[in-house]
Amino acid sequence: MTRAFIAIVGRDLALAARAGGGGELALVFFLTLVVLVPFALGPDLALLARIGPAILWLGALLATLIGLDRLFQSDEEDGSLDLIRASALPLELAVLAKGLAHWLATGLPLALAAPMLGLLVALPIEAMASVAATLLVGTPALSFIGAAGAALTVGIRRGGLIVPVLVAPLTVPVLIFGVSASNSALGGAIPFLTPFLILCALSLAAIVVGAFAAAAALRQAE
Amino acid sequence: MPSLTDLANPTRFMRLSAALLPWMAGAATILLAIGFYLAWFVAPADYQQGETIRIMFVHVPAAWLALMLYTMMAVSALGTLVWRHPLADVAQKAAAPIGAAFSLICLLTGAFWGKPMWGTYWVWDARLTSVLVLLLIYLGIIALWRALDDSGRAGRAVAILTLVGFVNVPIIKFSVDWWNTLHQPASVFRADGPTIHPAMLWPLLILALGFTLLALALHLAAMRAEIMRRRVRTLTILEAERHDRLAMQGLPA
Repeated sequence: MTRAFIAIVGRDLALAARAGGGGELALVFFLTLVVLVPFALGPDLALLARIGPAILWLGALLATLIGLDRLFQSDEEDGSLDLIRASALPLELAVLAKGLAHWLATGLPLALAAPMLGLLVALPIEAMASVAATLLVGTPALSFIGAAGAALTVGIRRGGLIVPVLVAPLTVPVLIFGVSASNSALGGAIPFLTPFLILCALSLAAIVVGAFAAAAALRQAE
Repeated sequence: MPSLTDLANPTRFMRLSAALLPWMAGAATILLAIGFYLAWFVAPADYQQGETIRIMFVHVPAAWLALMLYTMMAVSALGTLVWRHPLADVAQKAAAPIGAAFSLICLLTGAFWGKPMWGTYWVWDARLTSVLVLLLIYLGIIALWRALDDSGRAGRAVAILTLVGFVNVPIIKFSVDWWNTLHQPASVFRADGPTIHPAMLWPLLILALGFTLLALALHLAAMRAEIMRRRVRTLTILEAERHDRLAMQGLPA
């Protein structure tokens, strides 16, 4: 069972790294979004620094959501989803493996790249650490809420836009507490730890709910 | 009193709902007429908010119903996934547009009230925002219904989405409260009794009951329409198959 779990994680990571699977593409998309914001708002560094955490969080959210419809779709197309369904590994754990691989390929690089992109929006050094930390613990929630959405739409051929439409409203709490914790480093009445711990709790809950919901959805889609 | 299992037979449901529907629609009409008369002509204007208080008589029931219909959808979702009740996904599909309409009415009346009272149509307040997110979830559910062709599969997929949303709605509510609050707290259902005057409370309760009956009547009508739509679809397929068979035998249809 552990071997099957590791095999799925390894396979998805290999696909993300080699076959244009979207890992590095999400990063490029993230960079593009952050670069676009100053063009829309003007190059006012004080303003950019104030809304910097929000820009980085929105960028990470969109970069995670955009590629999500491929999470199960490509497996459905080449038939590997049927093999995963038929294997001895419970479907919930298979979804956990796929979500974990998705997070390792997109969420983790986004969190690690966030301090670098923070330079572009003139984020102070102390805020960079908190943005990176919140993205690190918050992006698993995005991956797993998204996995549920991706599993629901697995059979739809023109599914591109529907996954973000389904998933985005459900990510509101993650966004609120992520930005709230990141902003605490920029000053404000709220201490860092309170929203940060709630964010951790949201992520843990999302991993469980997302894995079970996605597995249920994949079973229904047979 | 028929149980839910008896209603699993669509024919029996159609017969029962056909008998029930005129009564519900009639009761809704009478209650709404009485309620609107009391709300518009009898209830006093508020000493602070003036005549705009009358918007509340539509706004509050709409907000309750938006939540009630989502709860109904979540129960139907359980019916689809756990008990495989054949009408549960019909109930769920019929409830989604009605719930979306009531949350939209809630938002619009709130905006019309907010302009004279708060000085703006929209503020990013916690309660307003949670209803807006609820509307987005409703729209997502409707979008998923439309995206999946096979109604059985769509029903199960939407059921899962509804339940995930149902778990999420309180979390969204809580997180949005944390984020920003301007809307007044609840003033009808409170442990120490309602804080609004009986002259306003009575029309509100009558209208709430009227709107609830209206929502249920609309829901029944939408369910009947969906069942008939599925029947037409099945009959069309059977008819097409019959034509195919006849064509293969070389006979004229």
